[in-house]
Amino acid sequence: MEHLVYPSKGLSEQAFEKREVLFETWHVKAEYAWDTGVAIGKYLAELKEGRIVGRRCFKCKRVMVPPRMFCEHCFRPTDEWAYVQDIGTVKTFSLCYVRWDMVRLTEPEIPAVIDLDGASRGMGIMHKLGAVDSRAVKIGMRVQAVWKPPAERTGSITDIAYFKPL
Amino acid sequence: MSMRRVAVVGAGMTKFVRRSQETGRELSWEAVSKALESCEMSLDQMDCVVMGSAPDAFDGVHMKAEWLSDGAGAWGKPYMRGYVGGGTGVFAPAQGWYHIASGLFDTCLVVCEERMSPTQPHPQAAFNSIFDNFTERALGPNLLWIFALEMNAYMNRYGLKKEDIALVSVKNKRNAADHPASLLGDPNITVQDVLNSEVLAWPVQRLDVSPITDGAVALVLAAEPVARRVTPKPVWIEGVGWCLDTAYWTNRDLSYPTYVEEAARMAYKMAGIKEPRKEIHIAEPYDPFDYKELHHLEGLMLFGKGQAPEATARGVTQRTGDLPVCPSGGLLGVGNPIAAAGLMKIAELFWQLRGEAGKRQVPGDPRRGVAQAWGDLMQVGTVVVMGK
Ligand SMILES: [Zn+2]
Repeated sequence: MEHLVYPSKGLSEQAFEKREVLFETWHVKAEYAWDTGVAIGKYLAELKEGRIVGRRCFKCKRVMVPPRMFCEHCFRPTDEWAYVQDIGTVKTFSLCYVRWDMVRLTEPEIPAVIDLDGASRGMGIMHKLGAVDSRAVKIGMRVQAVWKPPAERTGSITDIAYFKPL
Repeated sequence: MSMRRVAVVGAGMTKFVRRSQETGRELSWEAVSKALESCEMSLDQMDCVVMGSAPDAFDGVHMKAEWLSDGAGAWGKPYMRGYVGGGTGVFAPAQGWYHIASGLFDTCLVVCEERMSPTQPHPQAAFNSIFDNFTERALGPNLLWIFALEMNAYMNRYGLKKEDIALVSVKNKRNAADHPASLLGDPNITVQDVLNSEVLAWPVQRLDVSPITDGAVALVLAAEPVARRVTPKPVWIEGVGWCLDTAYWTNRDLSYPTYVEEAARMAYKMAGIKEPRKEIHIAEPYDPFDYKELHHLEGLMLFGKGQAPEATARGVTQRTGDLPVCPSGGLLGVGNPIAAAGLMKIAELFWQLRGEAGKRQVPGDPRRGVAQAWGDLMQVGTVVVMGK
């Protein structure tokens, strides 16, 4: 099948970086203002108060975090707000040494999926771990939210600065 | 189901390169011209065109498929684009299949094109906006996070070591050394090379990941009467399947791809496959990361949960093994121009089942293969079963 591969012209990184080929550039400027909606609006407002809220579905009995106004499993409205703990278990984590633009970091960021106590099993949220030696992080580790001071909270997922080992 | 039989009768592709001098349109034309040449058909004989290409953000061109359409041979023809992220390359031939199986068309040109290189400073930037805009994006995530989180969940569930998983990268990059379109084929790479490569997002290291790639692949699909006129060796599309899991990805079990299993069940049922491990002779699962090949082999029910690494260590998945996996060299070796990489897997099954894969030819007259891709927010499985 060799003859069915077109002899396309690959450029080296160097040829591109040294501008040995012509190219055009364009910078996108995109701005959006999103309404947070009912469920996430409440979730963010409660974060500002230092609490984590989910939604309960009476049919499947799940407590869902992040909260949602309809249950995607039962496909019916969810029934009530349900506060969950700011304590949970690390379900999985990474030690990430690069930024989104692939610039290297000296200290790793530690993203994790954390199952919160009081939410249904497996209902994790993504956040970051902090105040911990990266070599000591383990799946199954118990962690607790470290909240920003009330005056610094804005109604954002970052009102929790990070989760630290219990 | 009263559907018509559909065959792949031609395939062609570009080289997979880090940065192509050609535009996406030109790459599409190159792949299409080779696919038509392979079956000695002309564009006039193509009733419709399906284009697969992943995010518009890679190119900075909105409605990319319309922009690519001339290169894809779609001028004046019924044309559509399917897009399920990384799953696109195996979804596009499924769309081509139902265009013909339904009786609507007799022939269909399926084209998948991707250029990751235009995005600056790095194509990861195109993925920043896949994260939830309220609950995740403020944390400053990058795409590697979710793969690293999934890989760690998989390793932890079954007590796997990095060495167990690096074997996949070594196998695929070695296989790719025999692929004439390959970007990263390397006949001499070792497990130690993978383990020594730069840590990106533990447990993901540089050589666990497929490269940034540009490229295009095209197939010609035909209804049975046309296929039998065109070639003595049609390769039939025997089953197709696809399935989407929830977008609440942190609410899922990351150690097992249930959506791949559901997609495979749909495709196997259509193909009449009851025991996939016995009835499938070649697999081309999606391997943008080495652990994903293992994850997907389990989702495809070719190995039990957590058992793909051990089978890999025993050599079962080598090109000469009992179930050759990614004999092409996969995304890890041939390269990963997202949608084109998925369609490359279909082209590989086409060449393998016709006995035309050259140095990559799997021994033992393989009669049936499965290809699979995966994408969106780690939530879609797309599966095609092919047989001769
Ligand atoms: Zn429910």
